[in-house]
Amino acid sequence: MLYAILCYNNEDVVCAWSKEQDDEVMARLQVVTGKLRDQGRLGPVARLLPTTAATTLRKTKDEPLVIDGPFAETKEQFLGFYVVDCETLDDAVAVAKDLAEANPGGGSYELRPIGAFFPGKEAA
Amino acid sequence: MTDPAWINTALSSARPQAVAALLRYFRNLDTAEEAFQEACLRALRTWPEKGPPRDPAAWLIFVGRNSGIDAARRQSKQAPLPAEELVSDLDDAEADIAERLDGQHYRDDILRLLFICCHPDLPATQQVALALRIVSGLSVKQIARAFLVGESAMEQRITRAKARIANADVPFEAPGPVERSERVAAVLAMVYLVFNEGYSAGATEIANRAPLCEEAIRLARLLLRLFQTEPEVMGLTALLLLQHARAAARFDANGELVLMDDQDRTLWNKALIDEGLALIDKAMRHRRPGPYQIQSAIAALHARAARPEDTDWAEIDLLYSVLESMTPSPVVTLNRAVAFAKLRGPEAALKLIEPLAPKLSGYFHFFGVRGGLLMQLGRTDEAREAFDRAISLANTAAEAAHIRMHLDRLSAPSPAAKANTKAPSRQLH
Repeated sequence: MLYAILCYNNEDVVCAWSKEQDDEVMARLQVVTGKLRDQGRLGPVARLLPTTAATTLRKTKDEPLVIDGPFAETKEQFLGFYVVDCETLDDAVAVAKDLAEANPGGGSYELRPIGAFFPGKEAA
Repeated sequence: MTDPAWINTALSSARPQAVAALLRYFRNLDTAEEAFQEACLRALRTWPEKGPPRDPAAWLIFVGRNSGIDAARRQSKQAPLPAEELVSDLDDAEADIAERLDGQHYRDDILRLLFICCHPDLPATQQVALALRIVSGLSVKQIARAFLVGESAMEQRITRAKARIANADVPFEAPGPVERSERVAAVLAMVYLVFNEGYSAGATEIANRAPLCEEAIRLARLLLRLFQTEPEVMGLTALLLLQHARAAARFDANGELVLMDDQDRTLWNKALIDEGLALIDKAMRHRRPGPYQIQSAIAALHARAARPEDTDWAEIDLLYSVLESMTPSPVVTLNRAVAFAKLRGPEAALKLIEPLAPKLSGYFHFFGVRGGLLMQLGRTDEAREAFDRAISLANTAAEAAHIRMHLDRLSAPSPAAKANTKAPSRQLH
């Protein structure tokens, strides 16, 4: 089963990381994703730009509204996701634990089983 | 996150929100700052062992508020501080504060803090120093180095700014809509000033001054979070991101300035550029153009050009003409001259800047651009004269060295060198 591992953290903290700190985290996360890739279990991975760059389209009775900002104002923001092939929930929890350990920041991971998956054409 | 370096990052990212909330409780900048310091010290003692709290800002506010109250009590009664274990287990109280920090409070607190730093009674230099000290939490030493003044002089500048604010009897209530938009404009100007202090640094000073660019971007993002739908705030943030994206390409190995045409564009930071372009797209949808949006649109046209020859100079010239009508200034016209020269040749550009001479007679970039244009026209003696003036007006060693490079080319003229010359200009760095 494919799982989406959705990453939430305080983006103020992540944006305050120095370049060295950011590079260090990325390198550590790549060790985790590298292992999954070698096992043929890693799907798409995305790191999102800050929520200040986000725009939300909200449906209404009439024309949909285009609103500046993220879908919801939350204390921890949705910052990125991994798609990983996991046989059981325990496997998915283990992957999230590895990711959590590699990342010195706080935050949470939501493990969400994927219903339908369309890999699409790889974007540039 | 038990490593001190990571804890420090968490503390500094929570700082604006925490100091702003503590200011609401104590209504005094010094007390709020001291309370925050005290809370940080306790965090450094307890977080490595217990792990960081879920919401660092709420933890710091709670602990800071108690320690500030304790300090006030201590002054009157010498009452003892509460035991460490009492402040380390705060889950409920923290959650309670986190609850109340959501939404309106957070917004009002930060705005109040920024407005105080940009109080109209303070000259720009004091606004910048105060914001860097109070909001960003840079040390007096760091700020002093960034502004090339002594530490005690900077200390004095900040103390004076605080005294002025205390005397000005600053209202702690949120201002009305009209005053608010004026004050926001002042905050935007302050943020841009902070950025330019870092951006205009030469290679030798870059280590001390580059953090100013990052601080300015952080402040801009903070503002953008408060004003999610303000196109000018998007414009300013985009402008800073797009300019900072070129940082790694702006100096060569010898510390010499590299003109944008000569920069290695693979060194430009793609993530910053993408973020800047996304913000401009968002801003444009509002159809309420402003000077920051126009300047960021110009920066975007440079960022979008994969090679210098792909640059859309016609569009840049058009944007400059809009900027000129919005904020008429000889410096804007001078910047436009570079696009003008690309489109209509150096002769036309020279005609454009000639009338600016009386107003810009003390301005380094004027003589740099003028010298460059004259050089392209083969008017060597006049070019040399302009370059000499530029050097005498240079603000940094790198600027002077850059002009000297042009002078060297003039002294050893060869057809190849002449064909290779380019006009130095401010926004092209």
